[in-house]
Amino acid sequence: MSRRPVSGRSRKSATRPAAPRRRAAPLLPPGDAQDAALVFVVAVLCFLACLAVIAALAADRAADGWRGQLTGSATVIVRPTGDETADAAAARAAETLSGVKGVVEAAAQEPAKARALLKPWIGDDSLLDDLPIPRLVTVDLDPRAPATAEAMSQALAAKGVDASVDDHSLWLKDVIRAGVLARAAAAAAAALLACATAAVIIFATSAGLAARADLVSVLHMAGAEDRYVAGLFQARFFVLALMSGLLGAGFAAALAAAARLAGGGEGLTPVLPLAWTDLLALPACPLIAALISALAARITAMRLLRKMA
Amino acid sequence: MSRTADIQTQNDASPSAPRHDDPIVRFRGVGLRYGRAPEVLCDLTFDLAPGSFHFLSGASGAGKTSLLRLMQLDLQPSRGVISLFGRDVVALRRADLPFVRRRIGVVLHDRRLLNHLDAFDNVALPLRLAGRKLADYAADVTELLAWVGLSDRVAAYPQALSSGEQQRLAIARAVVMRPDLLLADEPTGDVDEAMALRILRLFVELNRLGTTVLIASHDQGLMARSGKPVLRLEDGHLSLEAAP
Repeated sequence: MSRRPVSGRSRKSATRPAAPRRRAAPLLPPGDAQDAALVFVVAVLCFLACLAVIAALAADRAADGWRGQLTGSATVIVRPTGDETADAAAARAAETLSGVKGVVEAAAQEPAKARALLKPWIGDDSLLDDLPIPRLVTVDLDPRAPATAEAMSQALAAKGVDASVDDHSLWLKDVIRAGVLARAAAAAAAALLACATAAVIIFATSAGLAARADLVSVLHMAGAEDRYVAGLFQARFFVLALMSGLLGAGFAAALAAAARLAGGGEGLTPVLPLAWTDLLALPACPLIAALISALAARITAMRLLRKMA
Repeated sequence: MSRTADIQTQNDASPSAPRHDDPIVRFRGVGLRYGRAPEVLCDLTFDLAPGSFHFLSGASGAGKTSLLRLMQLDLQPSRGVISLFGRDVVALRRADLPFVRRRIGVVLHDRRLLNHLDAFDNVALPLRLAGRKLADYAADVTELLAWVGLSDRVAAYPQALSSGEQQRLAIARAVVMRPDLLLADEPTGDVDEAMALRILRLFVELNRLGTTVLIASHDQGLMARSGKPVLRLEDGHLSLEAAP
């Protein structure tokens, strides 16, 4: 049965015969201005939590990309020995490495490439003519079972090639650490926001119970169990947090979609590449916010009810 | 009115299990004080037998409301023993309180109606709390509202009701569970004489159905008309005045 607000009901209208009831009226009064403020706060918290989740997913994807690039290749610096020319040493190194298990392809780079790599550091082209520039061999590794730097070094040494193998492990550690840090930071932010949501709901439940002390007293007088009364507040704050959370998640999804559309395939920046699938993680935020709120409301209400009466 | 010496019962034996003829209410040496203040109730010892009807009288501040609050499990005594339905209330676990309270109907002076619920839902409240479904209790509630003369006010909210209607609504809510004990605190305090008599008739009718009734009142005329015995509180002590 639809209900009109209490205020403004005329006495005449109240005397009309009641229509058959389909469901009982809610025992907690409808929300007030305090609820509106709470909706706003929880929506903002959920919005920020969603942004943290999106940032974590994007950072994870970026770290994965960098890790894939670094682990899929290696660079070998070849130094000619004896009478062997640099070109011959590089060619022999490439041939040797091609036979190592876990190497897909090894190719000696032209001297110009090494010069180009050094030029930003040396500056003057003429100086490079006087320096013994090592030759580079680029190695593509099997992504499923890449050859180790040790295996490649041993193969080169066995063939008498003086070379250093750089499998990018130095950079890889930093990339992995950066990815872990990004995930941890996002998780910490999400946990902090979850705690803030719980704190807000605890405060709201306390305020709600204090404001509804008369109602709680009547419910107790009429034979309500504590868990029933706590359940009323639990249900109220579950729904409120779910709706607020959906609002916050909606705004976060809109922002992420806008960023994805504006930035193309790589997102706004290659550092945080966004994917449409990231949005699929967002509905979990309002649900978690609602569950946290329900739990916080129940525990708080039970604790306060035990102190009452 | 004649005043009797005391209302101590003859049989002080405390049976371990409730019997059918056990008093509904049993007070033994009950005292009540708020904080460090002097006792407002001193050494109260009395029984209310099943199906009895008493008024509770006394000057303002004599402790009538405190006594009723002790009986409705809203307060714990500072000393002494209170038994309700054969159970020691001090020994009751908190989880048991709702089930005992459901056997007690309470009508308070300020009614404590829920303004966001209409008359039907106010009356249905104890039934909902007891786990009954709307389909099961709708007919009972409608019938009860008719019994208290509010059949045309089913959908009215408390603010739209007169004082007398609000009082009858509070009575309907108090009796909807068919309580074994009905406690009323000044139920006719702010209604006219005709309405007070109508309310009294409701209590008498309920008492005929087997409910033990205790009404705190200042209304000497109403008590005289009722012909019911009066428990009088004076200086924290209780005495019984026989029915006129």
